[in-house]
Parts: sequence; C-alpha cells; structure tokens
Amino acid sequence: MLRYVAGRLLQAIIAVFGVLTIVFTVMRFSGDPTLLLVPEGASPESIDALRTELGFDRPVIVQYIDYLRSLSHLDFGVSVVQRIPAFDIVASRIPYTVLLATGALVIAVGVGIPVGIAMAVWRGGWLERLLAAVVLTGQSMPTFLSSILLILVFGVMLGWLPTSGAGDLKALVMPSIALGALSMSTFARMARIAIVDELGKDYVRAGRARGLSLPGIVWRHVLRNAAIPVVTIAALEIGNLLAGAVIVETVFAWPGIGQLAIQSIQSRDFLVVQVIVLLISFVYVATSLLADVMYAFIDPRIRLAG
Amino acid sequence: MSPHATASRRAARHHGGRVPVAIVIVGLILTMILALALLAPWIAPADPTRQVLMMRLKPPGTLTASGQIYLLGTDDLGRDLLSRILFGAQVSLMVATLSVLVSTLVGVTLGMIAAWFRGWIEVAVMRLVDIMLSIPAVLLAVLTVAVLGPGFFKLILVLGLTRWPRYTRVAFGQTLQIATLPYVKAAELAGAGAARILLRHILPNIAGPLLIIATAEFGLMILFEAGLSFLGLGIQPPAPSWGSIMSVGRQYVERAWWIVAFPGGCLFLVVFAVNVLGDWLRDRLDPKARVR
Repeated sequence: MLRYVAGRLLQAIIAVFGVLTIVFTVMRFSGDPTLLLVPEGASPESIDALRTELGFDRPVIVQYIDYLRSLSHLDFGVSVVQRIPAFDIVASRIPYTVLLATGALVIAVGVGIPVGIAMAVWRGGWLERLLAAVVLTGQSMPTFLSSILLILVFGVMLGWLPTSGAGDLKALVMPSIALGALSMSTFARMARIAIVDELGKDYVRAGRARGLSLPGIVWRHVLRNAAIPVVTIAALEIGNLLAGAVIVETVFAWPGIGQLAIQSIQSRDFLVVQVIVLLISFVYVATSLLADVMYAFIDPRIRLAG
Repeated sequence: MSPHATASRRAARHHGGRVPVAIVIVGLILTMILALALLAPWIAPADPTRQVLMMRLKPPGTLTASGQIYLLGTDDLGRDLLSRILFGAQVSLMVATLSVLVSTLVGVTLGMIAAWFRGWIEVAVMRLVDIMLSIPAVLLAVLTVAVLGPGFFKLILVLGLTRWPRYTRVAFGQTLQIATLPYVKAAELAGAGAARILLRHILPNIAGPLLIIATAEFGLMILFEAGLSFLGLGIQPPAPSWGSIMSVGRQYVERAWWIVAFPGGCLFLVVFAVNVLGDWLRDRLDPKARVR
C-alpha cells in the first residue's frame, strides 16, 4: 500500500512540475512576457523599467529557476494592474467558486446517480431509453447554451430566479444546474455501468433464487459494491467543474475565479490568470491522486496489481 | 473507454449488419448542416456582416418595405441572423475539422513512435501525455489564446495542440499490441524500415480506435470553439461564429430570444448528432467496449 501511494505521489509531483513548466512556456509564447503585463498605452521607457523590475531581461533558464523558487514559497507575484499580490486577488474569489462547485456537485450526484440506477435496474425498458436520451442531451448541451436557456425560462419568462450576481441562495440555483448538467451525465453513465457490472455477478443471482426482489437486492447489496468506482469519479469531476466554472460564471456574472480569469484576460492582468490556471490544475492533480489512493485503499486488487 | 447505452446500441445488435434508423437520421442531419455550410455563400439571403441599423433586433419573419424577409430575425446591429448562422456553420465545422486533423497528426505520430522505439522516447512522450492531461483542456486553451491573441489559425493551433494526448494514449497502446504480431516481425525481417512498417502495416490496423476518438473529439472541438468565441477569445467580430453570435444574444436575451436560440439549437443539434454517431461507431468498431 505504502509503495503504491509513494509511487502515485511521485507521479503527482512530476505532473505538478510539468504543469508549472507548461504554464511558464505558454506565458512566453508571445516572445516578450512584459508586453502581456503592461497596461495598454504604456511608454517604451516604462515597459523597459518593468522588464528589468520583473527580471524578464535575464536568460530564460534563470527566469525559470527564479519562477520555481518564488512559487515554492507561494509568491505568485504582484499584479501589475492592481498593485496587490495576485494570489490575494484570486483568494478573495475562491469561496464563490467553491460554493458554485458544491452546488453543481450536489445537482450532478443527486440527479445523476438515481438516473444511473434507474437505467441499470430497468435495462432495456422504455424508461432506460428515455433516460439515455436525457443523458445524451446533457452531454451534448454546451454549458453556455443551457445557462442562457435557464435564464430565458426561469429568469425572463417566469421571473422566478435572478439572472445574475450572487446576492442570495436563490442566485445559486441556476448556475449550479448549468454547471452540474454535464457531470450529471457522467455520473449517470458511470453509475449505470457500475451497477450493470454488479448485476451480472453470482451473488445477485443467488439472491434472486432465494426469492429476493431485484430492487431489494440493488438497495441492500449492489449499491454498496457499485459505489467504489462512482466515488472515484466524483473526485475527478471536481477538477472538471472548476474548469467549467469559467463559462458559467461569466454568463451568470458569478464573482468566482472563473469570471476573474476572463476579466483578468480582458484587463491584461496575466499574473492573475496564471495563478488561476495553476490553482485549478493543482486541484485537478490533487483530486485525481486522492481518487487513485482512495480506490486502492478500498480495493486491494488495484494496489497489488500495480 | 467509457461505454454508455443508447437506443442505437441495442438497435445495432438487433439488426445485425444493418444501419439503424437513428444513425441514418443523424447522418442526414450532419450531411444537411455540412451542405448548408458549404453552400452558405450562395444560399445566404444577405451579407452576414452588413448592418442595417433601422432593422435592429427584429423578430423572426420580419418583412421589410422592399419585400426582403428576415427569416430568423436580426441581431443587435440589424444583421440577418440566418446568414450569420450559415456562415457561422462554416467557421464551426472548419475549426473543428482542422483542429482534429492537427491533434490527430501530432498525437498519433508521437504515440506510434513511442510504442515502436520504446526506451527513453516512450518515457518522455508518455510523461508529457500525463502532464498535459492534468491541466484542464479548456483552461489551457483559454490561457494560450489569451497570450497569443485571438484569430482563426491560432485557434486551430491552440485546440489542436492542447488535445493530442488522448490520441497518443490510444495509438501507443494499439501499436504496442500490433507490433508483437508475426506479420510485423516478418515485415521487419524483410528489411522494411520503421517509417514503412508504422505507416503501411500498423497504421491501417489501429485506424478504427483512432476514428472513435476523432469523432468524439470533433464534437468537443465544436463546443470548444463556440465556448472560446462566446468568451470573446475565439473568432473575432464582425466574422460570425455560433459562439460569438450567442454571446451577443446573452446581452439581449430579455428582448430578443432568437439571437441565442437559433445558433444554440444548431450547435446542440450538431454535437448531439456527432455524439450519437460516435457511440454507434464505438460499438461497431470496438467490440470490447460493448456492455453486456
């Protein structure tokens, strides 16, 4: 177990370094990163001054080592636009995104798993066909389309829910549904596969032979066994939800880090954008590490095979 | 593989070799949209960028004094929505096709080379794949486009170069399997070089699984392009793209639902059709993915 976890941890650390390197490289794609950071209409002198101040006039390898060193003590640089540490700007928005992602996860799990169970139990029936269509719709619907449709129906036509902002809990409903829809489809599909897998096993047939009802077996025995793969998907979905927040937050004017990313691109505040990309990627790496370790912890076959 | 059930799967099994009705319908939808996109310059009723400020935000079916009809209404600058959607279809399909080509080319080449030469090349390529897959693709695309600046070709390059790792994984695994087969050994003994073996003998045999990935990715690419354009990072105005039309529509959703509804409907239809087609292809080409 310890060996497996250590190996997986090493992989995660390599991934984090890789992410840092890719982001560092991408920031230099345009040739001169100074130009990304100066406000529009800055004079050549002030650009030169900033280049020296930020150290972009040094060799790339020195910049890279310096970049890793600052990040290692959580120094993400000072926003050139706002003159406050970039990390503080992002940190003030994090609670909103966490709230939104939680709402979306509740919707995705709360709807997706029952749908997946129903599809597995009534396999081949009309209900499965109907739900399969719903799942495929959720999967094909771009987030910004479902967001705007929700706004149109519940905000404009019915007037039940606010169309933007983060005033009260009611404002959380539509963004959560829009963000959760895609994950809902993933959960439904995975839950269905996991349960169909379990239903083919001997203990289910044995239970049936003793006269237990299928829903009874599913409720008492199958769900517990099918939960393992589904729980690990939940961990992976968290990363996807954070990435999806970029669009949903923009549509609903939800003041989280996704909206901040787009605003910062528009105001050319690239250090803030960099912090957001790094932050979400770390969460992504961390959750998939957590998922794998959890899986190995629950199911010994994984760690022994590896 | 993440198999999931659709009505089409059962249909495919019941009817043996015949193509199920759902797939025929989906194929027709895609063919029609492709035809409309290709014919846009001839069938579009108006210039998609011509503004008629007198005709702002007119609802579908509005008739002008001169007898011209705005079948799907107009946008915030009085441009004909139908024409913009038709030309927007060109942009969507073009960006998706070209970026899928770029990522297939890069991904398959790297995957096959890694599997054939093994050693440090394999370690380097597959590590890079792991790393690329640990950055959410949307985010990497947003960052790269923001740094490079928007534009048609940059968009294709960014999408193509952020989405290759999935092809690499599949090409790598498949090539490893095929490379051990006797006929490949025979070709090697007969003096064929690595390039010849990979292209002539292995590629045709791993094309099926790659096609499955490419189909799924095509749908995703359409969504990505629309999403980036929606955020103002993709196709730039005044050029029409479904995503950018919809981002205008978001601002006017209270007064003019049609600006969002029609391009949104097209987008959904295309992606839905591609997903149904992709599921069906996977069932046909990859028997392992079939659920009991």
